[in-house]
Amino acid sequence: MKARFLIPLGLFLALAGLFWFVLNQMNRGDYNPRELPSALIDKPAPTFSLPNLHQPDQTIGTPNFLGQVSLFNVWASWCVSCRVEHPFFMELARRNEVPIYGLNYKDERADALRWLDQLGNPYVASAFDFEGRVGIDWGVYGVPETFVVDKAGKIRMRFPGPVTEAIWNRKFAPLIAQLRSEQG
Amino acid sequence: MVPELGHFALILALCVAIVQATVPLAGTVWRVPGWIALARPAASAQMLFLVLAFGALVWSFIANDFSVAYVAQNSNSALPLEYRISAVWGGHEGSLLLWGLILGGWTFAVAMFSRRLPDDMVARVIAVMGLISIGFLLFMLLTSNPFDRLVPPAPDGRDLNPLLQDFGLIVHPPMLYMGYVGFSVAFAFAIAALIEGRLDATWARWSRPWTIVAWVFMTFGIALGSWWAYYELGWGGWWFWDPVENASFMPWLIGTALIHSLAVSEKRNTFKNWTVLLAIFAFSLSLLGTFLVRSGVLTSVHAFASDPARGIFILAFLLLVIGGSLALFAWRAPAVKSTGHFQLVARETAMLSGNVLLVVAMGAVLLGTLYPLILDAFALGKISVGPPYFNAVFVPLMAPLLLILGVGPHMRWKQDDAATLLRRYRFVLLVSVVAGILLPLVAYGTVTPGVGLGVALACWVVGGSVVDLGRRVRTSRGLRGVPRSYWGMTTAHAGLAVVVVGVTLTSAYSTESDVRMAPGESLEMAGYTFHFDSVDQVAGPNYDASFGHFRITAADGSQVARLNPEKRIYRVQTMPMTEAGIDGGLFRDLFIAMGEPLGDGAWAVRIYHKPFIAWLWLGAILMGCGGLLAASDRRYRLAVKSAQAATVGPVATAES
Amino acid sequence: MIHRLFPGLMLALLLGFATMGWAAIESFEFDSPEQEARFKQLSGELRCLVCQNQSIGDSNAELAQDLRREVFEMIKEGQSDAEIVDFLVARYGDFVLYRPPVNYTTALLWAGPFLLIAIGLFFMIRFIRTRVATTDGVGTLSAEEQSRLDVLLQTPAKDEHT
Repeated sequence: MKARFLIPLGLFLALAGLFWFVLNQMNRGDYNPRELPSALIDKPAPTFSLPNLHQPDQTIGTPNFLGQVSLFNVWASWCVSCRVEHPFFMELARRNEVPIYGLNYKDERADALRWLDQLGNPYVASAFDFEGRVGIDWGVYGVPETFVVDKAGKIRMRFPGPVTEAIWNRKFAPLIAQLRSEQG
Repeated sequence: MVPELGHFALILALCVAIVQATVPLAGTVWRVPGWIALARPAASAQMLFLVLAFGALVWSFIANDFSVAYVAQNSNSALPLEYRISAVWGGHEGSLLLWGLILGGWTFAVAMFSRRLPDDMVARVIAVMGLISIGFLLFMLLTSNPFDRLVPPAPDGRDLNPLLQDFGLIVHPPMLYMGYVGFSVAFAFAIAALIEGRLDATWARWSRPWTIVAWVFMTFGIALGSWWAYYELGWGGWWFWDPVENASFMPWLIGTALIHSLAVSEKRNTFKNWTVLLAIFAFSLSLLGTFLVRSGVLTSVHAFASDPARGIFILAFLLLVIGGSLALFAWRAPAVKSTGHFQLVARETAMLSGNVLLVVAMGAVLLGTLYPLILDAFALGKISVGPPYFNAVFVPLMAPLLLILGVGPHMRWKQDDAATLLRRYRFVLLVSVVAGILLPLVAYGTVTPGVGLGVALACWVVGGSVVDLGRRVRTSRGLRGVPRSYWGMTTAHAGLAVVVVGVTLTSAYSTESDVRMAPGESLEMAGYTFHFDSVDQVAGPNYDASFGHFRITAADGSQVARLNPEKRIYRVQTMPMTEAGIDGGLFRDLFIAMGEPLGDGAWAVRIYHKPFIAWLWLGAILMGCGGLLAASDRRYRLAVKSAQAATVGPVATAES
Repeated sequence: MIHRLFPGLMLALLLGFATMGWAAIESFEFDSPEQEARFKQLSGELRCLVCQNQSIGDSNAELAQDLRREVFEMIKEGQSDAEIVDFLVARYGDFVLYRPPVNYTTALLWAGPFLLIAIGLFFMIRFIRTRVATTDGVGTLSAEEQSRLDVLLQTPAKDEHT
């Protein structure tokens, strides 16, 4: 009988517990309310065929991913955070760790080429997505974004935001090692 | 120097708040009159220091002191003076200080206007408000000090967000905060009564006018916010079900339930636990809103720059205040005895049903607001809950509420007779149904079930009031025999009906056109012709604008209005802003906004014809005025004298 | 994590507001008013993913513009609303929908208000019953009223306890 007077308190404590849980996750960096999970995880990478940024007469497309574990990095010369992750991608390319393909997203070709000239080009090749349609197919909602594509051409992970060494070691490296050991 | 004085004043305010929260309360426990008597002077001192602190911040803004981090972030030397002052509450820290100041103001008002209340009651109320003040001042001083200095000082400020450089945003936040914080008075009265263990009709009578006034502020605050969104955002929308809007709407719904429940508790000495619970909830939801807006757990268009560390602090504070008060409720409420009995057909039942609907509506809004967060937290996926959901669940809850509203307030306490009521109101019912179908049909040529229902319910509410007013005038001594609180109730309910008409008609019959227009071209819509004459380049104090010249003519060629929509670029933040041109009217608004230039001098132009949209805000004003009328009833001025002897038996005058 | 850095948007985001004061106005040429109405309806119910909380119809973020164009073209191609929604959900997930789909994770969301009203009614009727039961003999109920009351009071109570 008296227990019903405890109902409001109980409801409130449940709510407070939820908030505490969420805030803690946010503080640890495990949770960002604005971060959107990809709808394409474990699905075949959306097919596309775009001109190569450097050689407009050649195309880059989904077949380039097949048979190897690769990264697909969405970048643009106007994107400030891309500069943040760029040195690390250069380092990855130097270590020859994994082939990195680029999606130059909604950019001017001249600006993009100048950007790569000045800062270095870590990409095996960059696809030139002037209208951003391939970006939409891949569910891109901001720049930079980095996808991990497995040997069979399936998307296995999507990371929004700049990739740093710490994030690489925590999230990318183990997954890539595991994917390499899988049957291609 | 001045910012340091402000900072110091904040610290002093905190010290006073600690005294205010503890000493008078201890005085009531150990019966020390000197300690109890400290409550009022403490409230005054608290107010003084908060005014000093707030004044120091205002001064820093007026003097363009960009060595103060908060000023540098939210102002600029080119910002006009009125916006430099409103910029004080344009960001997180300053708006918190405004919160604190308003809390101080309400506490001071309680201290001033409760001379005839028992001293120990006042002491408890002021102590509880002091407790809340401690929390907010600590929060400010520890995590969000508005007086923090920048070393070296910024050469100039980053400017106030252009969206906030508007009259609506000068008045909207203070109004809304007056409402949010005003519910702290009802809360403090409830907690004081729980501490004392005496929940009776006197307690309800004392809190009623305070609660109504807070509710009035909140009503005006929400209406202003909606009006601002309508004319300033350039989308022509007026309610978006954004989490922050919901955060203000939820306490309003509970506040509405509370003022009605208080009436029953006062008149009939029943629903008392329920009323106390609502008083706790109303203020708790105000605090919850603060948490949601400032902790960053939800994404909203209005959210402040978020910071989880601040979130943890507010959460701890919520646990203390809400958890503490609900625990107190669980401990004390079982002993409360309600004595008023009533039959199934009685005004009490109507009031209770209305209350349940309002609380359920709040629950639905809360559910929709938090559900994405819950799913996300448990890794069950990421979803969005937006207007389609809220409209789908909210409207069906409001329809029965309006149905009750037509007759409920006119039923007798304790027991009424269903057959008599049916006889008395069947004519209104018939007229409402017919009006619901015919009026839209005559005016617009079409009617949908939704429109018919909306108009019929609005007529039903107003018609019910008219019938009851007529009866009352015949039985009492004419119009002057009708108490002011009754006028208040009738006005507020009519206001709601007006809002319903506005929402219904503007949602159903608005026409909209996004077109490419070049100067010299014109467009016909809803019987008007919109002529695009020219565009000038105009320089404002801190922005550059493309200034459009439009003429609107009626079917017969006569000029209806000249409108000047603008596309502004604010220089400091290089942020584009759409300033719509609006020709307002009682029965329709004409709305023009300019989008992007499309080359060859042409522009993307949005033109709206919005029927009855003004009724939204007109209705809200009526509701607020109704509240003010009710709160100024002479009963409350005389109440205090007879407070101790308040009766709980049948009351001759039946008011809301 | 600083992400979604579409040009010009970053500063606004840092300030806590998206580009919300900047109305999204475009002049798409539709084949029929019916198409235009569908476009308005759809773009109002699809969420702009980079914005804080705006539909793609209201936002001027670049992605919102791109998605509007996409929706516009799909409508012109004669695709149905369901096809357009499926297209976007396949790429962005349910997050893009302001009207959450009904499935097992959202069951509580959609049923919640009905559940709340049932709980509210249950407590209300129980409370009224105690008030009426202890009444001091003022006005007794007729047999017909009593039976109606019984129906009102009993049925929901049974449901609730299961």
